[in-house]
Amino acid sequence: MFIIDCPYCGERDQTEFTCHGEAHIARPSNPNEVSDEEWGRYLFFRNNPKGIHFERWTHDHGCRRWFNVMRDTVSDKILKTYKMGESRPEVNE
Amino acid sequence: MSNQNRTMYGGRVDRSKTINFVFNGKKYKGFQGDTLASALLANDVHLIGRSFKYHRARGILTAGSEEPNAIVQLGVGARTEPNIRATEIELYDGLEAASQNCWPSVKFDIGGLNNILSRLFPAGFYYKTFKWPPSLWLLYEHFIRKAAGLGKSPIAKNPDRYEQKFHHCDALVVGGGITGLVSALALGRAKCEVLIVDENPVLGGYILDTNSTINGKSCNKYIKSIIDELQSMNNVTVLTRTTATGYYDYNYLTALQKVTNHWKELSKTVPRERFWRIRAKKVILAQGAFERPLVFSDNDRPGIMMVSAARKYLNSYGVLPGKSITLFTNNDHAYSTAFEFNNKGAKVKIIDTRDNLSLELEDRCRKNSIQVFKSHSVISTKGSKKINEIEIQKVDIEKNELTGEIIKISTDCLIMSGGWNPAVQLLSQSRGKLRYDEILNTFVPEFSPQDLKVVGCNNGKFDLTENLNDAFTAGIDTAAELGKNSVDKVTWEGNEDISFTQAQIEPYALGKKEVTKGSKHFVDFQNDVTASDIFLAQREGYISVEHTKRYTTTGMGTDQGKTSNVNALALMSHIHEKPVDQIGHTTFRPPYVPQTIGAIAGRSVDHLFDPIRKTAIHEWHEKNGAEYEDVGQWKRPHYYPRGKEDLHKAVNRECLSVRNSLGILDASTLGKIDLQGPDTAKFLNMIYTNAWSKLEIGSCRYGLMCNEHGMIFDDGVTSRIGENHYHMTTTTGGAARVMSWLEEFLQTEWLDMRVFCTSVTEQWSVMSISGPNSRKLLSKLTDIDLSKDAFPFMKFRNGKVCGVDARVFRISFTGELSYEINVPSRYGLYVWSELMKHGKEFDITPYGTEAMHVLRAEKGYIIVGQDTDGSVTPQDMNLDWLVSKKKEDFLGKRSHTRPDTLREDRKKFVGLLVNDKKTVLPEGSHIVEEAKSQPPMKMIGHVTSSYYSPICGYPIALAMIKNGHNRLGEEVEIPLMNGKIVKATITDTVFYDKEGTKNNE
Amino acid sequence: MKYSIFNLVKNSLSYHQNWEKAWNSPDLKSEYDVVIVGGGGHGLGTAYYLAKEFGVKNIAVLEKGWIGGGNTGRNTTIIRSNYLWDESAALYNHAVNLWEGLSSELNFNVMFSQRGLYHLAHSIHDMQEISRRGYSNYLNGIDTEILNKDQVAKQIPHLNVNGRYPVHGALLQRRAGTARHDAVAWGYARAAESLGVDIIQNCEVKGINVSNGKVVGLETSKGSVKVDKVGLVPAGHSSVLANMAGFNLPINSVPLQALVSEPIKPILDCVIMSNSVHVYVSQSDKGELVVGAGSDSYNSYSQRGSFDMIEHMMAPLVELFPIFSRLKMLRSWGGIVDVTPDRSPIIGKTPVKDLFINCGWGTGGFKATPGSAHVFAETVFRGEPTDISGPFSLERHFSGALVDEAAAAAVAH
Repeated sequence: MFIIDCPYCGERDQTEFTCHGEAHIARPSNPNEVSDEEWGRYLFFRNNPKGIHFERWTHDHGCRRWFNVMRDTVSDKILKTYKMGESRPEVNE
Repeated sequence: MSNQNRTMYGGRVDRSKTINFVFNGKKYKGFQGDTLASALLANDVHLIGRSFKYHRARGILTAGSEEPNAIVQLGVGARTEPNIRATEIELYDGLEAASQNCWPSVKFDIGGLNNILSRLFPAGFYYKTFKWPPSLWLLYEHFIRKAAGLGKSPIAKNPDRYEQKFHHCDALVVGGGITGLVSALALGRAKCEVLIVDENPVLGGYILDTNSTINGKSCNKYIKSIIDELQSMNNVTVLTRTTATGYYDYNYLTALQKVTNHWKELSKTVPRERFWRIRAKKVILAQGAFERPLVFSDNDRPGIMMVSAARKYLNSYGVLPGKSITLFTNNDHAYSTAFEFNNKGAKVKIIDTRDNLSLELEDRCRKNSIQVFKSHSVISTKGSKKINEIEIQKVDIEKNELTGEIIKISTDCLIMSGGWNPAVQLLSQSRGKLRYDEILNTFVPEFSPQDLKVVGCNNGKFDLTENLNDAFTAGIDTAAELGKNSVDKVTWEGNEDISFTQAQIEPYALGKKEVTKGSKHFVDFQNDVTASDIFLAQREGYISVEHTKRYTTTGMGTDQGKTSNVNALALMSHIHEKPVDQIGHTTFRPPYVPQTIGAIAGRSVDHLFDPIRKTAIHEWHEKNGAEYEDVGQWKRPHYYPRGKEDLHKAVNRECLSVRNSLGILDASTLGKIDLQGPDTAKFLNMIYTNAWSKLEIGSCRYGLMCNEHGMIFDDGVTSRIGENHYHMTTTTGGAARVMSWLEEFLQTEWLDMRVFCTSVTEQWSVMSISGPNSRKLLSKLTDIDLSKDAFPFMKFRNGKVCGVDARVFRISFTGELSYEINVPSRYGLYVWSELMKHGKEFDITPYGTEAMHVLRAEKGYIIVGQDTDGSVTPQDMNLDWLVSKKKEDFLGKRSHTRPDTLREDRKKFVGLLVNDKKTVLPEGSHIVEEAKSQPPMKMIGHVTSSYYSPICGYPIALAMIKNGHNRLGEEVEIPLMNGKIVKATITDTVFYDKEGTKNNE
Repeated sequence: MKYSIFNLVKNSLSYHQNWEKAWNSPDLKSEYDVVIVGGGGHGLGTAYYLAKEFGVKNIAVLEKGWIGGGNTGRNTTIIRSNYLWDESAALYNHAVNLWEGLSSELNFNVMFSQRGLYHLAHSIHDMQEISRRGYSNYLNGIDTEILNKDQVAKQIPHLNVNGRYPVHGALLQRRAGTARHDAVAWGYARAAESLGVDIIQNCEVKGINVSNGKVVGLETSKGSVKVDKVGLVPAGHSSVLANMAGFNLPINSVPLQALVSEPIKPILDCVIMSNSVHVYVSQSDKGELVVGAGSDSYNSYSQRGSFDMIEHMMAPLVELFPIFSRLKMLRSWGGIVDVTPDRSPIIGKTPVKDLFINCGWGTGGFKATPGSAHVFAETVFRGEPTDISGPFSLERHFSGALVDEAAAAAVAH
């Protein structure tokens, strides 16, 4: 049961949020020109790492904003939360 | 004779308050403050239940939540509860309890036959047999199932209520024993918000049963002064009868509080149990330790109990569990209890596995005339319903052998102590790591990634002075970490009669030979797992701790191995000749003790299970006898039966009213989203498959939304209200999903677009009046010019309806002339009632969702989620005209040109007419080209919607059929489950008003 | 030694001293024809069928921990084959057919108990869904019955059919049921070992060696091994293994929790699933109610999950069976499930030659165990997909030919 630091509201209980999978997957700007394989990769393929994961969450029972979370999928520790549009934080190994 | 085992005085029970209770149908008396276990022992009742597998007679092993044996069926009728530990049941007047897992009675139990045949039932026997013939497994299993299980489930609805509570605090102290209290004291003095929970009704823990002193005062008195101080602090919350059950991430803990379990009368206002969800900044674990049983032959008879339990029964309850007591131990600490029993007049003998005793102990035993058998072990016990004799023999620890003559000792109570295991369950749940301590011979906490401290015996420390000081320091340190006030240091000094120092771990006493002869050295009492089962598992290769656990079921009973785990590991260590820390341990899982399912569900039951959403007009539907359909959380009128009409008759009438005159539908549940901002048109162009740039203000357009896989996921009409202002409608069930979808793209993909979405579903009441007379009705009630030219199809107008500001859309889901009147919700009921009143002359007929479905199917309009699922493209639905060819991009577009979505033989949306003009096809039935005499058959499609159409006079159906668009006119067959085969012809999807003129009138 | 009642009696005379090891623990050899990575039911089964039906001699199963310790030993043991799409029906029904003979086949009682499984429908929409699935099953030759409310109420005595979402009916598959999960891993291990398969526990794969696009070896915690072919069956770690071989998967690994109640005398003799009220429950032979529901929304490899998922199982359970309210939850646990976009598995070739994968079973892999193992063994042996495994290729994510069980029914299990 995480405590998530919503970039807009501050720390809230996990039950207020939903995760929507991997972040920083840009929609192709020219869908008509990408191959079936590239399109399939955009739609379905994910890194799913054991370790640092960048993911999208929404504060459903709060500000309803989308934001990004950097979390370790082994310890489940949240390392950073940041707004959409901000760049992906560096990973310090 | 009642309470014959009670001491003359002593204990903390209130002897002035007698309590009557019933066990196995017999009446007994106990005292206020007793547990069921202590009261039964006081009344010389030792046989409590039967074990899981061998139905062995079992008594009371412990005095707490770790009890594996004394579990009973508590209460009767709807309030009965299985598997309740007698050691934790506080006695109340009228309590009724009974033994479990026995028939016809606990004293004469047929299942006891299993014990005699037990050689046939070693660990995992069921994997090796009952395989043949396969058809009989269900029969074998029937008997296995009947034999398994413990108590019985209630078979009536639970009349009691449970509550949940969220709690946030600076520090949670788990355990109200002496160390927990001392930590809480430091935290409390530092003005931290503290919650302290303890599973017992009385704070103080184990030390209350000893004659220890704290700072020179008797511990009982000292503890009282600490409790008084804690209770005077308004920053400290003390919860007794409350067990911390789960330790989740980020210091989220659950706890179950027994609130009225011990009340005689049922309360209507106070819940039975309260389930706490606690978020603590800091946690201090002070749960203490469990005493470890010794493993020897027939160590499970009634009358055999843990030393600490016997001590508690004596000192807390004034109960002597026996008159001739034998102590079997491997450590000094247990001797205190022997002396205490001796003082109370019991005859005491001591069997000690060690050959070296301290001079002091030797001396005290001699002074008390207690006979000590050093280097001896109990090798067997006798007594069918209660122990009456033991046999002991000399032990050669080095050689692991028994030598010398066997001595028989009569005894009516054997108390044992194999050392102590810290209660590491919660720490382990917190993702903590354990370390095997070679001196204590047990697992102790090593580390947890969470913000916690462990103090006292829970931390594997057993010196009272050290524990008191550690506990206080932990409190001070925690407060400092929280930035709270500093607290004056206190130097603590504690004195215990004999403290626990160390114990050899005696995996089984003793002699490999004994084990192999099939005698029963119990490791896990409740699940009847013996040492030989552990041996067998190793012999057969189930060597990983998890394999051993799962193969033998050790540690999987309702006590979750609190008394058995370490002994099982020690046995494995012994067998493999490896240290215990290389054997490892299984993972402890929540909950710490079994917790009530109803308490976790809390108030989310019955009508509060899920909120019910009702429209503003609901009251009218209620008064007019609507039958409802659940659509998501909404209650929607399904149909409005008149008199004795059934669904079919009512729907036919409702449909014909719409077609011939006038119907009215409460459409308020449709999702409604208000979209504003300069980029809205651009946004809609991406969201919908069709083009939105040219939609004029005042116009409406139907659109389809696809997900990025290209599959239809919602549809609806969106209207342009102003320059940069749109009103979107969605399906009832899809409203929230669409809203999230819009926000997802606005917030994550197109951050530059300026569009604002607001859910307005509940702002508006929507009444759809439909039928040739709808204009006539509305014209009586509005100032809007309804003439065909002034207000054509697919437009909307603002104006007054019944004097209320309204937005009226000329859109239709029935194919008839229709107006969708939107008014602010608070006027919904009023406007609806006015429409009903003024519509009388047209026989205005309210219609429900079923008629709506029929009417739209007659027109071939799709219902997303019924005619489509998540695997259907607009092209599949023959809705290519709704897919813009010009737009560069929209969500899902790219997916429409993948090989599979371009496939010719995809299922396509068609109509279907049965040849006999009578059979209404079941929705979901599947279509074949030509039926075979029996399945399997190759399917080419399925029926998505199917109704009797009253206006057509015959049934109509919509279907998805492979390559269906090119098969119009072909005949197909639908094999029904009853064996009947229905022939049908593929048609287009419009069954009524094919020209589509009625909409436009 | 054959397991039988005869041998059980015989061994009881010698106090069970003479039972042999169910499987041995050999050392890792330097070379294998086929290495299966992952010692769960699917992996062990694959090795068994490779040896038994395809005559492959030199096989190893590498297991990072203890066999059956992943999702095989953590699921709610439900077995059924009443899937909507023909492709799924073929796969899962193949499994049920094998389940029916599995105890005899393996000479190990896996306690496949065909107690019947009811999918409850709580709305008109649910009824449409089960009717569609029921008819599809019917024509696919899968046993199926569509029941109305009265039939459901009569057949399931303590079910609350008039709750917040009243029961409208149910889809019943009588051949469905449960099995003893651990026994499946142990039975396959024992049978595979008797055919010469090396079962190597505590052996973690740390690297996959690829040369010229072909898999040639594995680096493990017990040393390097040369291989001709590799089958990856590492539920819960599919992406991790795929990454070692240099490719990604369309998979997210999320926590799924389950729990059992304390054991009670028989009260529920069938399996109940409700997708709308959202819980599934059966009673084990030991007497415990085995309960499951949805998975968490976030990726995790921690085998935990959040407590609110437990709450969201208990309220629906009490809603369906108010009589269970006073019973006690005994133990809860978590597993890692590999979820694909269409909730169907991936079985077949990978971008690396001779490296095959069987993964993505999401929340429902246990029921498929024998079928999955059998078709995967054939796929690995032939180097090409079979009729049954073909539709479950990785390639479908590019062509769009999903087998979308999720889209059709939003089924979590």
